[in-house]
Amino acid sequence: MARRSHVQTTLNGETVEFLCEPRQSLLEVLRDELHLTGAKEGCNNGNCGACSVILDGRLVNSCLVLGVETEGKSVETIEGVADPDKLHPIQDAFLENAALQCGICTPGFIMSAKALLDENPNPTEHEVRYWLAGNLCRCTGYDKIVRAVLDAAAAE
Amino acid sequence: MLENKEYKVIGTRPIRHDGVDKVTGRALYGADFQAAGLLHGRVLRSPHAHAHIISIDTSRAEALPGVKGVVTAKDLPNPGDKIADLGEGAVNLKHLCDNILASDKVLYKGHAVAAVAATNPHIAEEACTLIDVEYEVLPPVLEVRQAMESDAPILHDTIRTTSLGETGDEPSNVASHIQHKLGDPEKGFAEADVIIEREFVTGTVHQGYIEPHNATAHYNADGQLTIWCSTQGAFTVREQVAEILQYPISKIKVVPMEIGGGFGGKISVYIKPVAALLAKKTGKPVKVLMNRADVFEGTGPTPASYIRVKMGATKAGKLTAAQAYLAFEAGAYPGSPVGPGAMCIFAPYNIENVIIDGYDVVVNKPKTAPYRAPGAPNAAFGSETVVDEIAEKLGIDPLEIRLLNAAKEGDRRADGPVHPRIGCIETVEAAKAHPHYTAPNGKKHHGRGVASGYWFNIGLESSVTINVNSDGTINLIEGSTDIGGTRASIAMQAAEVLGIPAESVNPSVVDTNSVGYTAVTGGSRTTYATGYAAYEAAQDVKQQMIARAAKLWEVDAANVQFADGEFSSINGKEEQISFRDLCARLGETGGPIVGSGTVNPGGAGGAYATHVVDVVVDEETGKVDILRYTAVQDAGKAIHPSYVEGQIQGGAVQGIGWALNEEYIYNAEGEMTNASFLDYRMPTCLDLPMIDAVIVEVPNPGHPYGVRGVGEVPIVPPMAAIANAIYDAIGIRMTELPMSPDRLLKAMGKI
Amino acid sequence: MPIVAIPSLLRNLTNGKESITVPGATIREVIDNLESRYPGMKARLCENDRIKPGIAVYVNGLLTRGSILERVDADAEIHFLPAIGGGISETFH
Repeated sequence: MARRSHVQTTLNGETVEFLCEPRQSLLEVLRDELHLTGAKEGCNNGNCGACSVILDGRLVNSCLVLGVETEGKSVETIEGVADPDKLHPIQDAFLENAALQCGICTPGFIMSAKALLDENPNPTEHEVRYWLAGNLCRCTGYDKIVRAVLDAAAAE
Repeated sequence: MLENKEYKVIGTRPIRHDGVDKVTGRALYGADFQAAGLLHGRVLRSPHAHAHIISIDTSRAEALPGVKGVVTAKDLPNPGDKIADLGEGAVNLKHLCDNILASDKVLYKGHAVAAVAATNPHIAEEACTLIDVEYEVLPPVLEVRQAMESDAPILHDTIRTTSLGETGDEPSNVASHIQHKLGDPEKGFAEADVIIEREFVTGTVHQGYIEPHNATAHYNADGQLTIWCSTQGAFTVREQVAEILQYPISKIKVVPMEIGGGFGGKISVYIKPVAALLAKKTGKPVKVLMNRADVFEGTGPTPASYIRVKMGATKAGKLTAAQAYLAFEAGAYPGSPVGPGAMCIFAPYNIENVIIDGYDVVVNKPKTAPYRAPGAPNAAFGSETVVDEIAEKLGIDPLEIRLLNAAKEGDRRADGPVHPRIGCIETVEAAKAHPHYTAPNGKKHHGRGVASGYWFNIGLESSVTINVNSDGTINLIEGSTDIGGTRASIAMQAAEVLGIPAESVNPSVVDTNSVGYTAVTGGSRTTYATGYAAYEAAQDVKQQMIARAAKLWEVDAANVQFADGEFSSINGKEEQISFRDLCARLGETGGPIVGSGTVNPGGAGGAYATHVVDVVVDEETGKVDILRYTAVQDAGKAIHPSYVEGQIQGGAVQGIGWALNEEYIYNAEGEMTNASFLDYRMPTCLDLPMIDAVIVEVPNPGHPYGVRGVGEVPIVPPMAAIANAIYDAIGIRMTELPMSPDRLLKAMGKI
Repeated sequence: MPIVAIPSLLRNLTNGKESITVPGATIREVIDNLESRYPGMKARLCENDRIKPGIAVYVNGLLTRGSILERVDADAEIHFLPAIGGGISETFH
């Protein structure tokens, strides 16, 4: 087994330390080492977006980032989006719009939508579709997801 | 046409009960399962599409530090020639077992041959590369017509063509032939003024669920086997694993985790028995996960097919005869959905003279699995394109010709049974009246197309238990895994009976030890049949509550009535108590109340859909863009309209992907060359407009609230609707799926 | 008496007749009575006193569990159809 490296990072606003092998992706670290299983593995090669997280303010596929690369950085995951007693407006909008069916892609979509609205609070429908094109959903046909993100933008 | 009663809960749009867990990342899917001492399993797969296995040497893999166990087909019980009884579907057990781990022959690239459990997934993966398998490579058979030729390589020496109880003498790749015949097709064609006959080819496509297959298994020292997995049906997993491992069902508990999409593809088991074998061998819990390439190459897609359709009509547009030849690729083992394809192909029409022949043919591709209305989309691509061409030849509006010939209650389906009350006409009428259909459509390279579709839906067994809480809420225990909001649609039916809000129901999907037998979440049956069981369980609660009210008031139960959430006494005493208040008094009136309902309803009621689509074709690149899409569907009664719309929109978009992009691309050796989400191109939101879902409600007499299944039929019309729109845009009939840019450029003579 | 629709692939046994009225209160009785009039029928439909794998039984348009014990009304319409085979059958259970 490869020697494990010590990494210190900020995760959802809190400092965390972990050990990981150099070959482990951030997705593996989140899921297997830190037991945050909200980010999902759909393809493990950056095509489905189910593992989307925000790294230093930038949307990334956590399957394409190594765990050791997060040293000294800040990682936001789906587990950090809601307040303890209140959902984020994007989460509310997903529920109100029935924008999820099986829900496996939902954490990734919410992280992507959050990254979009953090950067562009008033996107057009086309801008939403362009931004979310890196997230695959096989259940909904995207209609209600796009509406949810537009609603969340209007609500914020 | 609509005879919908007013309901309090049904037809409203509450937040789904599992919603918060799913938007916060807390919901636990199969791969999220953790256990102390967990080992990780990986599967070694065949690099060849067709080969004899000469030998497997696992010694180098076993010697790798961190490896705890390796299994091959030798670890499975010898299936002999037993027929596995999976309820309705009897399956050759050797086929079932060989698809889990190949014993003597590999039949497709990706076929599992061995599996490793190790202390981490990377070691397991590495160990797989150290397993030495010697193959004798055989020529692959990759296409259905090729497989049917008399000199084609034979995949199975044991397969003889069966034809409704009759079996052929010679080994064949044609596993079965089916036929439906109604009236006198020869006479019908003789009466026709116009006859159109066309051939169609469709590609292999995958369900494309985002969550790969997963399974964690553990054996207790007492032999109890527990499997945590995502599945469309925990009970079918239990049955299949019991058959494959020859192990009693009472010693197997299947715990369904949340499931990340299935669409039919998570009914057959693949790695669940493998996880069990590895757990047995290592004495530890073992989690086996597929990666995306495993999913494409090692699980059942829906088949490629070759289809011929011939239809005839009079000048007035009356369809007089129809004929279809359907040859479906079963993949490595028999069992393509040619049966449902044959059942559905002409079902939107009342045609007196019909003959349909279907062939189930094995080829060197993964064994096919159900995919949303299995078989019907392939078939409808053919028939709905031919209907469009007939309408065009006769100068009749394509929706008008559908209305002229629409199937209705009492008409006989080509396979024999008579239609109950159905909403075929209603969906066509709604499409015709929709502003989309009447909007202008005349720009160059823009086109509009329509198509209809049918799916018969199924009922099957469902069980529900309701526990009444003292605060006026109920806990609803069910066995149907929730893939698209069915906790809500089932809970709402119980809530309606008991006059309580949807939010007062706490639904739980539980393991196979904790609820009565429940068939899969599939066949568009869950809201229909499990909802029906919830209705029955709630009725049981209601009756018991009436008895409690009677006891409270010292009257006869016959003198208590229940309406709008209130119990009241009739004949004499003027007493009244709400459901909620009575729940608080269960202790003093006799103790807890548990209601139960179990059903196996036969009246699923078929579902119809009619879709309208506008496209634009880029003449330079051959790319087709969807400009506008309207999908009309009969839902019987939409319990939670948002999730009904979601099913319609999602089905339509899967159909758009099937129509325009999706296919397994094989090389001459039978290797799939596009086994990733980058190269197997499913629609993204940038490829699509909003999908206008229009719900028509023609109540199903086979359900207390009129529900019809809604999940499957929306994938039936899109391929033909888009082909018809492309014809409208550029004047070329596309007869091969997918209608990808290269095929369009070829059809336009540009390459 | 129940009416049995004879599938096209079995009509060689019934001299081309498409439907046959036979007495019987259960599927088993109906099949036995069919067999006595059209020998060979039972072997095509049953195996070891059960409906063969691959054959589905519809009564009055509804898919049954395919049991020969299934009771049928006096005016029932019975269809023997190819079962929705293999992979799909798993959908059905």
